[in-house]
Amino acid sequence: MPAVPTMSDNNETKLRNATIAVLVDNEPGILARVVGLFSGRGYNIESLTVAPVDEDRAISRITIVTSGTEMVIEQIKAQLDRLVPVRKVCDLSLEGPHLARELMLIKVVCTGEQRAEALRLADAFRARVIDATTASFVFEMTGNGDKLEAFTALMRPLGLAEVVRTGVIGIARGTYSLKA
Amino acid sequence: MRASPDGGTHSESQNPMSATLQTTAAAAETMSGAEIVLRALKEQGVEVIFGYPGGAVLPLYDALFQQNAIRHILVRHEQAAVHAAEGYARSTGKVGCVLVTSGPGATNAVTGLLDALMDSVPLVCLTGQVPTHLIGNDAFQEADTTGITRPVTKHNYLVKDIRKLAGVVHEAFYVARSGRPGPVVIDLPKDVLIGQGPYHEAPTAPHRSYRPQREPNAELVAQAVKLLKGAKRPIVYAGGGVVNAGPEASRLLTEFVRLTGFPCTNTLMGLGTYPSTDRQFLGMLGMHGTYEANLAMHGCDVMLNVGARFDDRVTGRLNAFAPTAKKIHVDIDQSSINKNVPVDIALVGDAGLTLKALLEAWKASEQPQHTGALADWWTQIEEWRGKDCLRYRQEGSIIKPQHAIQRLYDLTRETGRDTFITTEVGQHQMWAAQYFGFEKPNRWMTSGGLGTMGYGLPAGMGVQIAHPDALVIDIAGEASILMNIQEMATLAQYRLPVKVFILNNEYMGMVRQWQELLHGGRYSESYSAALPDFVKLAESFHARGLRVTRPEDLDAGIREMLAHPGPVIMDCAVAKDENCFPMIPSGAAHNEMILGPDQEGGVKGVTDEGKVLV
Ligand SMILES: Cc1ncc(C[n+]2csc(CCOP(=O)(O)OP(=O)(O)O)c2C)c(N)n1
Ligand SMILES: [Mg+2]
Repeated sequence: MPAVPTMSDNNETKLRNATIAVLVDNEPGILARVVGLFSGRGYNIESLTVAPVDEDRAISRITIVTSGTEMVIEQIKAQLDRLVPVRKVCDLSLEGPHLARELMLIKVVCTGEQRAEALRLADAFRARVIDATTASFVFEMTGNGDKLEAFTALMRPLGLAEVVRTGVIGIARGTYSLKA
Repeated sequence: MRASPDGGTHSESQNPMSATLQTTAAAAETMSGAEIVLRALKEQGVEVIFGYPGGAVLPLYDALFQQNAIRHILVRHEQAAVHAAEGYARSTGKVGCVLVTSGPGATNAVTGLLDALMDSVPLVCLTGQVPTHLIGNDAFQEADTTGITRPVTKHNYLVKDIRKLAGVVHEAFYVARSGRPGPVVIDLPKDVLIGQGPYHEAPTAPHRSYRPQREPNAELVAQAVKLLKGAKRPIVYAGGGVVNAGPEASRLLTEFVRLTGFPCTNTLMGLGTYPSTDRQFLGMLGMHGTYEANLAMHGCDVMLNVGARFDDRVTGRLNAFAPTAKKIHVDIDQSSINKNVPVDIALVGDAGLTLKALLEAWKASEQPQHTGALADWWTQIEEWRGKDCLRYRQEGSIIKPQHAIQRLYDLTRETGRDTFITTEVGQHQMWAAQYFGFEKPNRWMTSGGLGTMGYGLPAGMGVQIAHPDALVIDIAGEASILMNIQEMATLAQYRLPVKVFILNNEYMGMVRQWQELLHGGRYSESYSAALPDFVKLAESFHARGLRVTRPEDLDAGIREMLAHPGPVIMDCAVAKDENCFPMIPSGAAHNEMILGPDQEGGVKGVTDEGKVLV
């Protein structure tokens, strides 16, 4: 069924980004359920990360970065919440200020003056060298997406060879904590 | 996450086979997996299972053979097992239960599962699976059942560890019936069914994560009552959620509507939640709803939606839907709220509990109603009602389908018997909804969300199993009935006196109607050629066959059908080119309804945008 816009109202067509944290029972199939929900209903996933956070209670935390109209984001949260193994859904973007971080490993293959330049920039960006050969570096870097992208752009002319990123993880600032 | 690709329950055991051999909890009784399943079903109150055997579920069939508490009904196709369980569930309010084998058994059940998901029917479907050590090896009759059924179920499980088996079965029933009900699949590898494990009783503690909200927020209830009391042109629009909330919810709905003096309309799924013969009932709304219901929806200033989901069959073009209305939405499923239509007040909760809260708050409130405005509103509604939009002319030598349903309704009422109607899908379904009245909930079983041809006969079977003394009629089309006609054998085997009333227009009438109205009358592949002789077909399945072609024989035919103690197929030849009206063409608004063939300008509401809609 095609989506018919409901209102010309700005609120109904304006897109926003949302970082959604989800606490789930760590059981086989949960990831397929979450991903299937997004693909089946045509929602957008910009990034998705998942790892166990409470071994004793077998709980994992998923962080999903998505975008949509206010109505679609509300839908995404409600749809996630009604999955049986989902314990808690939190829209970090609405719960006040939050931190979003990503880990990136980036390989640069270069020699001569370009090596010195790559190291200088890495230092400025607080990227760590975690592997080095006479012809290459692997840098490790954490930060928000903008910072990682800026660093990647700077490495491009210096011999950027490979990038790998984890996707965003997020947490609220201050005392607010997400509990299952 | 240590996700394994096959989905299902978390298993701590590295080797599930070893788990099947050990007894864990000291107090728990040990038995085979198959016995655990049956014991848990019994504890959950299951009396009937609809199923079909096969290699992977033989241990369960063996255990069934050795007990008497649970009755097994052997269907002739797994899709029919699911629809039968739906009919059973919807006519009783209990959870329906299905048992099918692995591979093709499970895939045959998929249509039924989606049907149940879309119409919020509580089911538990047990599927056989190849033994755990063969999963993923393309073994004989292996299917990735949890993968295939994930989008067509409310939840599903693959049980790899027998120690979790009893808990999973109990949880499946809890999930199926709680919140917005739906189908749940439990995939059972054969080694788990054969192995020995502990039995656990249903837990009494609340579920760790799935706890749907049932009580509405009191503050929001008060706001809703304020809005409703201030309404000048109110309407109550009630759907299947009221049926699912149990018969008490329908009683409360009726009480609320009578107390407030508001008009009430039902969705296709909600028919029976408000008595159809009551003056305040405006009939069904939506694509083939009445003129008065749709115009009242369009013109209202306050709308109370109880247990309906603003489905596209109901709303028509969204940006023209009830443009002047403040909307209150009662739904147990938060994700139904603000999905298609933004609402002003959302009451998340059980329909019955919310109606009760609304009634109490209404009675407690001293705010006066706009009685004058309400009287004017009723004057307007009566004027719309005066159009008599369901009028038809029965004349000449051909039976009008509307007349056939009208007579079926009148003559079944004469019998005074408790009557349950199921339908197939098409024009006959809409005519049944329009011309057959219901005074009580759980009496009307139709495939609404999915629109599954072939639903009605097996659903009727399930209803008849649950209500052996009731009158059960499947109102069918000649095309739909062939989709699960094999179930006539099931009727014969269990002596189920279901009546199949075929409105035979020799066309896939609903398809033909759209082709007439939207595709220039090019009747591409919609003629029902090479139809069977339904009388002989009935007889070959040990049933009574009747055929009526002339209006003057209609009553006698219906009476004969109703009086016959066994199953009957009545083949009723009706006008071939009749269209179902009123109709809101897809993409049109409620006030752009076509009333009938004589209407000026024909289908002026259909835009190119509308044509892409189904
Ligand atoms: C399984 C399935 N296939 C196709 C359709 C599309 N469809 C909807 S109504 C209809 C025609 C039904 O014909 P019939 O049973 O004779 O009923 P009538 O409309 O003539 O009353 C078809 C093909 C459907 N709803 N379900
Ligand atoms: Mg037909």
